[in-house]
Amino acid sequence: MANLMSSVAASIAIDAIPRSRRARVTFAVVGNPNAGKSTLFNRLTGLRQKTANYPGVTVEKHVGTALLGDSPLDLIDLPGIFCLTPDSADERIAVDVLLGRVAGTPQPDGILAVVDATRLYQGLFLLQQLAELERPMVVALTMADAAARNGTQFDIDRLHQCLGGMPIVSIVATTGRGLIDLKRELLCAMAGETQPVESFWPELRRVASGLLENSDSGQNGPTVQEVERCLVEDDPVATEKLIALHGPDVVTRMQQIRDELFGGEPGLAAEARYRYRWIRGVLDDVQKAAPPMARWSSIVVDWLNRPYPATMLFFLVMALVFQAVFAWAAPFMDLIDTSVTALGETVSGMLPPGIVQSLIVDGVIAGVGSVIIFLPQILILFLFIILLEDTGYLARAAFLVDRAMRPVGLSGQSVIPLLSSFACAVPGIMATRAIPDRRDRIATILAAPFLTCSARLPVYALLIAAFVPGRTFGVLNLQGIVLFGLYLLGIIGGIGTALLLRRSALRGPKPNFVLALPAFRLPNVRTVAIALLDRAKVFLRRAGTVIFLVAVIVWALAYFPRSDTIDDAAAAARSAAEETLSGDVLSRELARIENVAAATHLEQSALGRAGKIVEPVFAPLGWDWKVSAAVIAGFPAREVVVAVLGTIYAVGEEADEASLADRLRSARFADGGIVFSLPMVLGLLVFYAWCLQCVATLAVIRRETNSWRWPIFAWAYMTALGYLGALLIYQVGTAISA
Amino acid sequence: MTLADLKRGDRVRIESIVTRDKSVQRLMTMGLVEGAEVEFLNSSLGGDPVELSVYGMSLSLRRQQAQYFTVAPIHGESHVKRRR
Repeated sequence: MANLMSSVAASIAIDAIPRSRRARVTFAVVGNPNAGKSTLFNRLTGLRQKTANYPGVTVEKHVGTALLGDSPLDLIDLPGIFCLTPDSADERIAVDVLLGRVAGTPQPDGILAVVDATRLYQGLFLLQQLAELERPMVVALTMADAAARNGTQFDIDRLHQCLGGMPIVSIVATTGRGLIDLKRELLCAMAGETQPVESFWPELRRVASGLLENSDSGQNGPTVQEVERCLVEDDPVATEKLIALHGPDVVTRMQQIRDELFGGEPGLAAEARYRYRWIRGVLDDVQKAAPPMARWSSIVVDWLNRPYPATMLFFLVMALVFQAVFAWAAPFMDLIDTSVTALGETVSGMLPPGIVQSLIVDGVIAGVGSVIIFLPQILILFLFIILLEDTGYLARAAFLVDRAMRPVGLSGQSVIPLLSSFACAVPGIMATRAIPDRRDRIATILAAPFLTCSARLPVYALLIAAFVPGRTFGVLNLQGIVLFGLYLLGIIGGIGTALLLRRSALRGPKPNFVLALPAFRLPNVRTVAIALLDRAKVFLRRAGTVIFLVAVIVWALAYFPRSDTIDDAAAAARSAAEETLSGDVLSRELARIENVAAATHLEQSALGRAGKIVEPVFAPLGWDWKVSAAVIAGFPAREVVVAVLGTIYAVGEEADEASLADRLRSARFADGGIVFSLPMVLGLLVFYAWCLQCVATLAVIRRETNSWRWPIFAWAYMTALGYLGALLIYQVGTAISA
Repeated sequence: MTLADLKRGDRVRIESIVTRDKSVQRLMTMGLVEGAEVEFLNSSLGGDPVELSVYGMSLSLRRQQAQYFTVAPIHGESHVKRRR
């Protein structure tokens, strides 16, 4: 009776939202982490998908459209969950979407549940809870092929019966087997032809419906499922709704119900005991075991998971990633470099000298081009991070490094965000949403921007190539050692910061470490390609917008105002030289006059004047006004500094054929001293290793911590650290070399 | 004997659980409940954290939490093979 009533209540909830308002039908793709949700999602939606964020939080929202014949079905790919009681920020989003509690995301009309056949035991737990939501639902059983290799066979018809007639389709997402059947079942579910399933835990359903009885629950009242979850584990949102309905006494009543139903045990524990008892019975019924095929590959994987081989493999993988980023990208980078230079020369040959030529060649091509060069490096780095994630190795790395993270006050769970931060701190910080404990999570967020991200590479690569001699000691290359040192510096900064915070502002109990370790699997080409394409688009969009804009603004600031007196003086000097000199001496003198005129123009420009104002602040670090101006202009995104240096030194010189590295090498102070001396360059590198010049990172910290305190702290702290580091190195370095 | 006292290849059945710890409750929702069969797979370097297999899924947890699970050894074949 209670079941009947609650299912009526749920069907009213669906119908309360007029169909016409929701022109399209939306299904949520739900399942355990690594059950193959995203692979299936990519299979069904192809490129008809987009990635955005849920409003207010940075949890990524993947939305796409599947075509079932000619009817479109919108799909939302939700973060993986084990149960409908969330433990971390991303799980919370998944549960809130399913319960229809996320503003701007209507409750899904139905559910596509993804269950990994090799982990049917855990999958059935979530499946019970999903079925009790009483939405149209289709189950996709993935990896049945892998289960068969392990020696497990399923009686899908029997499973179908056990689950109260829920449609189940066995699929292989990588090859597309079973997809046609799945689409047909989805079409049926869309048409509402799915039978609602009875609750698997009738006692809980009975008491939850009891709490909703004799009340006018209306639009804002809690659903019976919300009440159930709230009984299992107290949830402020649902409790609030119940208090609004029944008054504050309901809290005591709920506690009584809990004591009675759970026998004094925590709700989650009682639920797990209750549901898994049923699940073990079902498994005995539907799974048939045959001897597993002894496979060569599984023997190798087993051996590699042992402590010593696994640890060695971890270091080997890390070494391979860094080697790849620097060695494999080189030919592509040279290619882009040559093309950009050629383009600049062609364009300057086509255009008459003057403002337009300067804007295009010095501003746009020199500025944007100097950043585009790093696309190959960045893509290779992202390729590896995506591969590590897709093969399941990232979780394995977390398992291996957990012990080492403990003294710092973090757990292995922080390793996944921190490793991603080597590509970019923004997705890295977003990945911290899987860390349950808040203190733990904030410490990881503040450590992430220290790690050497791909945007630091352009700065490092430029300065190292220009100023660190390419000497080799045996197999070691000095440039490589410096680069490795910078990575180490970032790690030390991040770890040190986490340690400090965990001992002060974020003091708290030691974090726990519970993680499902996915079985190693071969990467899916489609998933990897889609993710990589996404990253390339983000980078190019940034180069085309922020970096382009900054390059043009910096060019304008460096070009204007232009005084005629400098040109007149240069013209006078030129004619004087032409009268008295000839041959080689004349051409050298003419070039010198041009350079002096260009440099004077730059000094008189808005940028020059602004740079002179801030110069005293950075003078103790050995920076001239050009470097100071470039560093300040690089505030929105650190790789911009390369573009700005490119522009400043292009505007300030007439000799266009020289590379940026050559121009930096020949930079001089007014008194003739070399600007980029070794102590100054090393200091500048340390500054970039530690400072936080990235608006995107600040914005993501703001959203993730939901306060301005942490981004402001992070920026001030990291900038101060970078400044002090550069100061120390420059002052000590010059004292030694003097 | 608890889950923290196992070595590679050991197979046990969970007998009782101290459920006070939040992460223990989390592990229970992932299937580590009384009556469940568990196989010890690996540990990380230094013996902690440990990796367990619960009906086909690999789970990792620290020894600290593993101590809350009292277990008894199972003799005979693996739980997968044993079933019918």
